[in-house]
Amino acid sequence: MTTPPFVVLKDIAKRWNGQLGVEGISLDIPEGSFTALLGPSGCGKSTTLRLLAGLELPDEGHILIDGKDVTTSAASDRNLSMVFQSYALFPHLSVAENVVFGLKVRRVAKKERQIKLHRALEITGLLGLEDRKPGELSGGQRQRVALARAIVAGQRLCLMDEPLSNLDAKLRNAVRKDIKKLQRDLGITVVYVTHDQTEAMSMADTVVLMKDGHIQQVGAPEDLYNKPNNTFVAEFIGAPPMALIGSGAISGYGAGQTIGIRAEHIQIVPKGEGRLRCTVNESEFLGSETLIGLKHADAVGLCVLKPGLSMMPEGDEIDITFHDDNLHVFDAAGHRRAAS
Amino acid sequence: MSAHANLERRRQAIYGWLLLSPAAVLLTIFAFYPSIATLWSSLFSRGTRRNPAEFIGSGNYADLFADPTFWLVVKNNLFYAGVTIPASIFIALAMALWANSKISARGFVRTAYFTPTVLPMIAAANLWLFFYTPGLGVLDQIGSIFGLPSVNWLGQPETALWAIIIVTIWKEAGFFMIFYLAALQTIPEDLKEAADIEGTSRWTYTRRIVLPLLMPTTLFIAVNAMINSVKLIDHLFILTKGGPSDASKLILYYIWEMAFAFFDAPHAAAMTILVIAVLGLVAAVQFFYLDKRTHYQ
Repeated sequence: MTTPPFVVLKDIAKRWNGQLGVEGISLDIPEGSFTALLGPSGCGKSTTLRLLAGLELPDEGHILIDGKDVTTSAASDRNLSMVFQSYALFPHLSVAENVVFGLKVRRVAKKERQIKLHRALEITGLLGLEDRKPGELSGGQRQRVALARAIVAGQRLCLMDEPLSNLDAKLRNAVRKDIKKLQRDLGITVVYVTHDQTEAMSMADTVVLMKDGHIQQVGAPEDLYNKPNNTFVAEFIGAPPMALIGSGAISGYGAGQTIGIRAEHIQIVPKGEGRLRCTVNESEFLGSETLIGLKHADAVGLCVLKPGLSMMPEGDEIDITFHDDNLHVFDAAGHRRAAS
Repeated sequence: MSAHANLERRRQAIYGWLLLSPAAVLLTIFAFYPSIATLWSSLFSRGTRRNPAEFIGSGNYADLFADPTFWLVVKNNLFYAGVTIPASIFIALAMALWANSKISARGFVRTAYFTPTVLPMIAAANLWLFFYTPGLGVLDQIGSIFGLPSVNWLGQPETALWAIIIVTIWKEAGFFMIFYLAALQTIPEDLKEAADIEGTSRWTYTRRIVLPLLMPTTLFIAVNAMINSVKLIDHLFILTKGGPSDASKLILYYIWEMAFAFFDAPHAAAMTILVIAVLGLVAAVQFFYLDKRTHYQ
């Protein structure tokens, strides 16, 4: 690597009353990148972000931002901005006052404040709403005020804690694109916490998947999808997630392994020609395709996609087949086996 | 409008009036009627067996305005309110901010501050009587350690009102603190975090964020404290009985004296009407003027 990473987390651990918060978190984040911390509730992704923000102090490890050790620095000394899940807008202040609050605290001159405010509101499309109170705004507008407040600070690092989770699905799609564009245009580094894999996969350059306070896999979205490190990643990423089959059910594989296969790599074949015989469990019409859920004694999450509307009666027995190249092999502990 | 919608609306209206009526009846009997009756009786002269009461219009009021004791009592009460209201609000706020912060024994601190409120005013006054008693009292005992002379706090005009004021503040601050504590708990934790990231100092955060968000509570407390400043007189009966030489006499005590010690009901009624008028005026200013400048969530 030619340039040192912008943000470095080294063996970070944080425990609450002996209970596990996060453990052994090490992460390098290059400048200008978009990193998503992904995982189920309680996996420690928000804790990691709060440690990075300085809202919590780690029990172990070091945090470096822009080459400086900020492990024990106050939040305000870390030169970062943050967007909260609840937006954390000051309810008694107008949009404009909310946005320039930090500038006022830092005693930025009034004229400069006005220019920065105008620019931030322009970027977030909030011009004309300056005098409204947060209570008079819609959810999406409040979310943009929170973004404007983060932008106006002009920091190179911006942390976002599930900023879209309070928006409805349609708005979420639109804002997702806005945030991504904003990050590119401003060239800032974003660390983004989410439990929604669609958000993580579509926005991030690097996805960090966590579970129970540990990092499971760090990589580009396509790496997590195509080369899951372990069975947890395999089952978490993708909709539908990867099916896992006990190796005993498929000829040619030794016992004690787990075989992973994605729905798009499974074909239905005439009876007698397949590698696995399953029972149809459910049919789910998704619009452009139909998801057929399958049941097999040695498999979980097995399903197949058929184009268009093509429901299959429940309880039907069918044969399926797949190519060996599309199989993912995991060892007994659930770790991916190299070069399978 | 169709018939059933009309019927439904009437049903709702009857239901609403039924719900309102118990409170309306009670308020009419025990608040509205007495107020009107008081106003009415304040317009008549004091009746004796030989001279029956007769209508004298504003005569009673004119008497009051000419009475130096009335003006002294008004002055005392204004001073009393002017000191106790801001002081108890300020102390309540300070205690609430402290009792709300992350300290050990937080529960104990809150209980300790709230204890004076739980005590009946008469009991509290007796307690303070013991503190103030010359020679034997705690204050004098502490003073004597440092060689200070004995002071009759309640017995001299210069200190009597102050002694009463301190008891009131001690009693009220804990009560108001509970309201502030409740309000502080409704301020989300992440506002503090958002301010922290911007580098806001504790003082700026309190001044720019916490105090404005507490404004509705402050307004509520201010109105209550103002009403209490003319309502709370139990301790006067125990501590000073208004003396010495009216130095600690407050308006309600004077009204009581006028009505039940001097048996001059019309003048007492006139004074009551004046108090109601002033309280109503101040409450109107607080609610209509300050309300507009207050943010409600």
